[in-house]
Amino acid sequence: MAVVFEKTKMLTDVPFHYCPGCTHGIAHRLLAEAIEELGKEDEAIGVAPVGCAVFAYNYFNCDMMEAAHGRAPAVATGIKRVHPDKLVFTYQGDGDLASIGTAEIIHAAARGEKITTIFINNAIYGMTGGQMAPTTLEGQVTTTSPYGRKKEHCGLPIKMSEIIATLDGAAYVERVSMHDVPNIIKAKNAIKKALQYQIAGKGFSFIELLSTCPTNWGMTPADALEWLKDNMIPYYPLGVKKEVEL
Amino acid sequence: MAKKLMKGSEAIGEAAIQAGCRYFFGYPITPQNEIPEYMSRRLPQEGGCFLQAESEVAAINMVYGAAGSGARVMTSSSSPGISLKQEGISYIACAEIPCVIVNMMRVGPGLGGIQPAQGDYFQATKGGGHGDYHLVVLAPSTVQEAANMVMEGFDIADTYRIPVMVLGDGMIGQIMEPVEFVPPKKREVPPKTWAATGWSDKSRPRAILNSLYIEPEEMKVVMDRLLERYELIKKNETRVEEFMTEDAEYIIAAYGTTARIAKSAITKARAQGIKVGLIRPITVWPFPYEAYSKAADRVKGFLDIELSTGQMVEDVRLAVAGKKPVEFYGKLGGFVPSADEILEQIKKMAEVK
Repeated sequence: MAVVFEKTKMLTDVPFHYCPGCTHGIAHRLLAEAIEELGKEDEAIGVAPVGCAVFAYNYFNCDMMEAAHGRAPAVATGIKRVHPDKLVFTYQGDGDLASIGTAEIIHAAARGEKITTIFINNAIYGMTGGQMAPTTLEGQVTTTSPYGRKKEHCGLPIKMSEIIATLDGAAYVERVSMHDVPNIIKAKNAIKKALQYQIAGKGFSFIELLSTCPTNWGMTPADALEWLKDNMIPYYPLGVKKEVEL
Repeated sequence: MAKKLMKGSEAIGEAAIQAGCRYFFGYPITPQNEIPEYMSRRLPQEGGCFLQAESEVAAINMVYGAAGSGARVMTSSSSPGISLKQEGISYIACAEIPCVIVNMMRVGPGLGGIQPAQGDYFQATKGGGHGDYHLVVLAPSTVQEAANMVMEGFDIADTYRIPVMVLGDGMIGQIMEPVEFVPPKKREVPPKTWAATGWSDKSRPRAILNSLYIEPEEMKVVMDRLLERYELIKKNETRVEEFMTEDAEYIIAAYGTTARIAKSAITKARAQGIKVGLIRPITVWPFPYEAYSKAADRVKGFLDIELSTGQMVEDVRLAVAGKKPVEFYGKLGGFVPSADEILEQIKKMAEVK
């Protein structure tokens, strides 16, 4: 029988631990396929975050380091400075990147660190059980915003792509969404483009993926995708935020 | 190589370069700024990389990444900055990544002051960060010794896959002394086949540098391995200097700058007929318990002197185990005792009027 589909070699055979309907699995596959399509399987070094993707080192079939919460861009900086010819990426969630790790991500971008960051924004802390994230939407109920996030109490959600795009060191910044197939295809192209910016030595590249967390949002996977589309995209507009000449 | 007059901090920087360190990540803090400044000047000349991080937290994580990539890497800071690095040091210790960390201690707690102190002994030798780990901690008392320790520190780190701390104080960093850079005794340093370098060589396993072990069975394997390594280090690397201890009736316990001043005081005391000697830990972890416990059988008493409220004295008392009195003299606030001041304490202990 003819082989019509093969899983990318950039992913191991270890089954994902992610909840049903979670978009992490798709995001992993997009990044892994992009690396393979660029022929960089043997040159990739990844940094896993703290959060739901903490076990990413079990899934990406390349050399991996596991960082402390929020510190992945600093760890990746150390790796890239030793191995400037390798493809270095971080994979981080919103608690990791937009809260505890803001200093590290901002300064990695400001330095124009030649690494690529894949940023999963699902508006909640997943691994710890659904607490409020810096990206949690106004009014959104979480285990630590049981009355809904209130602007006057803790401000409005942080828009990381727009912030990163203001920094001169950032070469390519795009926000994409995981809520349907056309957008997932766009996400794949964005990730691939971000990696190409790194390979070309243009500077820091950053892809924000709007994602779902059906378990902690308390929704079915299908409802979660709808909720993302109806609630997250209006606040987190999709598109390229920064693009220098490749 | 001829001796060269150098400031302690600069000698530490040069020693690292001589030992093959090509990466340095740091953040400014007094009194150790001459180390990053020196490295920022010298590393580009050697084809290396100096990077000023956005914080000590980031700096130690850059060390984690670069050292995990197989390079010889150093960072340096002073007490409050070392506190900020503790999270990263704990991760590095668990991930079994070799590197060298320099702490030029200043007086504290809190922001404290910028004068020399020895208040980070507990932090350096009893853990510092969270969890159950040790660093090898080397305590220089001269600029030459600081340089030697940095050079050998990289070998120790690589041999045991452990972070090594050079625990100096503001005094060691700031004084100028003649120094030469002599390579340490050659060791069989294992190749870094565990490093993340890109997985082009499929004959080695995929590199995973990690400190997360959710399954207790897996965590236990790591901790058993660390424990075994710590026991090996205690056996192989414990170092101590004994100065005029053969006929001593009293022993001073001191390390670093304090030990150096104590030597002058001991010479003065000897001239007055007081038989006193010094036991100076060169490694404060592993601590030379045996040197003190052996001395306890033959001397009348001990005097522990530190630039702290009394930290190492706990280890001295543990070694002496109540066999003889252990007195303590702490010089606080960032002051350094004079030899005469220590002499007075020796006389008090020996009850010489």
